[in-house]
Amino acid sequence: MPKYLLLKHYRGGPEPHRAVPPMDQWAPEDVEAHMAFLKHVSELLEKNGEYVDAQALTPARTWVRYGGPDAAPVTTNGPLPETSDLVAGWYMIDVESHERAVELAAYVSSEPGPGGEPLYEWIDIREVMSDAPSD
Amino acid sequence: MSHETTRRLDEGALRALVPRVLVGLVRRGEDFDAAEDALQDALLEALRVWPDHPPRDPRAWLSTVATRRLVDARRSEAARYRREEATHSEPRPAATEEGDDTLFLLFCCCHPDLAPASQVALTLRAVGGLTTQEIADAFYVPEATMAQRISRAKRALQGRSLDEPGDLAVVLRVLYLVYTAGHAGRVDLADEAIRLARQLTLATEEPEARGLLALMLLNHARLPARFDSEGRIVTLDRQDRGLWDTREIAEGVRVLQSALAVQRLGRYQVEAAIAALHDDAASAGETDWPQILAWYDDLLALTDDPVHLDPAAVLGRAVAVGHVLGADAGLRETERLREILGERHRWHAVRGHLHELGGDLAAAATAYADAAARATDVAERDHLVRQAARARAADARRTSLA
Repeated sequence: MPKYLLLKHYRGGPEPHRAVPPMDQWAPEDVEAHMAFLKHVSELLEKNGEYVDAQALTPARTWVRYGGPDAAPVTTNGPLPETSDLVAGWYMIDVESHERAVELAAYVSSEPGPGGEPLYEWIDIREVMSDAPSD
Repeated sequence: MSHETTRRLDEGALRALVPRVLVGLVRRGEDFDAAEDALQDALLEALRVWPDHPPRDPRAWLSTVATRRLVDARRSEAARYRREEATHSEPRPAATEEGDDTLFLLFCCCHPDLAPASQVALTLRAVGGLTTQEIADAFYVPEATMAQRISRAKRALQGRSLDEPGDLAVVLRVLYLVYTAGHAGRVDLADEAIRLARQLTLATEEPEARGLLALMLLNHARLPARFDSEGRIVTLDRQDRGLWDTREIAEGVRVLQSALAVQRLGRYQVEAAIAALHDDAASAGETDWPQILAWYDDLLALTDDPVHLDPAAVLGRAVAVGHVLGADAGLRETERLREILGERHRWHAVRGHLHELGGDLAAAATAYADAAARATDVAERDHLVRQAARARAADARRTSLA
């Protein structure tokens, strides 16, 4: 079965379908509902036998490259650190098909936002290449 | 589930045998590295076989199986290395008491030349009697990675003399690391750290060892109240104190008192004293903050330059200052740390708490949000986002009423 990453982003991606303020500015009960939903998604994936992994990333980013012989690594926060694409975390799922991955991603995107209305967040689906030849 | 419970009990007793058997092998002249590997094999075998065929003498069983493994390993190596005789004839200095055994092993595993992660892993395996898989689970790394970390650590120890007295301060730090690594996986590392610290206090009179045990007990006692049923963090001031483990608190206080009686103060004793004062308060409002502040003053006095050498203590003291002298005074204390801790979530979280204490809810919300953006733990991040949202909502309510 193919594996997919369902990536959530801090920023980047298509124009938001619904613009919302950062979560710390939501009503406390909306924050609770949102967090409860994400917990429910992990539990659901586990129950379905589709869960592989879920991780969150901190927003701090450092770009690094080899500095050359006898030189320290070169680091930068990147071009336009305020606007460049930034991954917030992922679910890794093991599912029957790409269609199923799309279905699950859409479900994640229905997570409640301010006022309990769906967030319509864009989810980035990426297929994980498998090691085994698919003959 | 009951099957699981019985097995766990067996495993606890089994694990306690590991350091004793290991020291027995090493004292007999076996190489530490090889003996530890052989014993790990024996342990895995025991976990497989014992549930159905419990041995009459578990310790002898482990020792025999490990020895058989050692002989097998040596036979296969004999062609390449003809050195068993030499290994066998080298006498080891004899440690006679069981407590000494534990101390000897802890010094081996917490050798200052090893990186902290290796010290922790090796301690959990050789002294804690955990399997590589259990340690790997606790730290969320693949078993192969953990196995490699442990064998590299043991290779690093080869050629080092393991008979000299080690650095107790390092042992204490490693045990505290084990404690704070927490409750992931099937084995509760906090319980494990407490068990090991308790063993350590039997082996040394050093008051800091008892200070560390007391600190762990006094913090661990609050664990049942620290998360709600949904897994959300509950801060000290909002915890249901009825859930605290009074037996553990009583033991912690007793251990702390016996340490303080030696009159050689150290940081674990001071931190334990602060924890004891929190545990002693029937409600958050009854917390004896002036006393806590006095202990923080003692803690800072242990280092020449606390801002640089022990910023966490200065930050803890800032909270106490806020409660004793007012939020503004506490916030001024945190300013001393801006250069050093300004990018850490805890610094912002403390400032959020102090702003809230002083009634500035808007500033509190901003500080909590800044803390959330820097958090490195999901539960903590979620908690800080909630704190920010709660403070902001309370501020909006207040503004609309005004």
